[in-house]
Amino acid sequence: MKITINGQLFETIEHNSLANILLEFGATEPFAVAINGEFVPRSQGQAITVKQGDSVELLSPIQGG
Amino acid sequence: MNDPNTDSFSIYGEQITSRLLIGSALYPSPAVMAESIVASGADIVTVSLRRQQSVSAGDDFWQFIKDTGLKVLPNTAGCHSVKEAVTLAQMCREVFSTNWIKLELIGDEYNLQPDPFALLEATKILINDGFQVLPYCTDDLVLCQRLADLGCEVLMPWGSPIGTGKGLLNQYNLKTIRERLPDMTLIVDAGLGLPSHACQALELGYDAVLLNSAIAGAGCPVTMSHAFKAAVNAGRFAYTAKAMPEKEVAAPSTPTMGMPFWHQT
Repeated sequence: MKITINGQLFETIEHNSLANILLEFGATEPFAVAINGEFVPRSQGQAITVKQGDSVELLSPIQGG
Repeated sequence: MNDPNTDSFSIYGEQITSRLLIGSALYPSPAVMAESIVASGADIVTVSLRRQQSVSAGDDFWQFIKDTGLKVLPNTAGCHSVKEAVTLAQMCREVFSTNWIKLELIGDEYNLQPDPFALLEATKILINDGFQVLPYCTDDLVLCQRLADLGCEVLMPWGSPIGTGKGLLNQYNLKTIRERLPDMTLIVDAGLGLPSHACQALELGYDAVLLNSAIAGAGCPVTMSHAFKAAVNAGRFAYTAKAMPEKEVAAPSTPTMGMPFWHQT
């Protein structure tokens, strides 16, 4: 199935968990995740299944004012 | 006498000594950022979250910030809707392990003015969710009062639009907020360009200033960082010393009694 991660197309198997997808993508700590604009706590990564067309945001620390 | 080097103010119960909160963006290099932050003497540094790009760049930055041992204040910079800001705040809380959030909700792209209506709505949601909100707001007294009513213990009205360096455009408004909310922790956030602007904010009785561009955009950020550190201390000294009353008419400081040649010409 096709999803987007940080706006880029990403292909993965059906019914894949968020945690597995982030592993496949190569996400590096520290980060936080949202799916379709909703925050998903890291503790729910294994339980959450990502669906076709979902938009995943993977955010990490950066400089800020 | 209150010593600005030791007296403190409160951010949601945490006692903070440095009256300069510093941003971590826009420096010419990571090394200059690191040196500027240290030179500022700040206890608090602002940070943000963005899409993960590469393994190294952001990782080095975060490692440095962690190594400083400073408290971090994450922001929701760039958000234009309540939903965006709330989601980003929740993500910040998880990554940075703090309930503090500098709530920034932009209402106009031209002057990056905070949206007062969305700010109130997002503040209410976040406080109900356990956040300790530090709203970046305009210098509107009624907005500040409404934010206080929602439970904010810190307010951060702007001096002028972000990144302009214009200083305190409306000292009357800022002074009125100080007078009407005497127990609120007040921090001027945004628009400062010179150390004298920071000094003025502290002279008005503001507890601290938050700035980034004024230091990062200076010709020599590290030296400017020292200057701002001195300026907030000077302003705090001046506020606690209570300034002389302003007068409309000149009054000589040197005694006139015994003046030679008195009215001889």
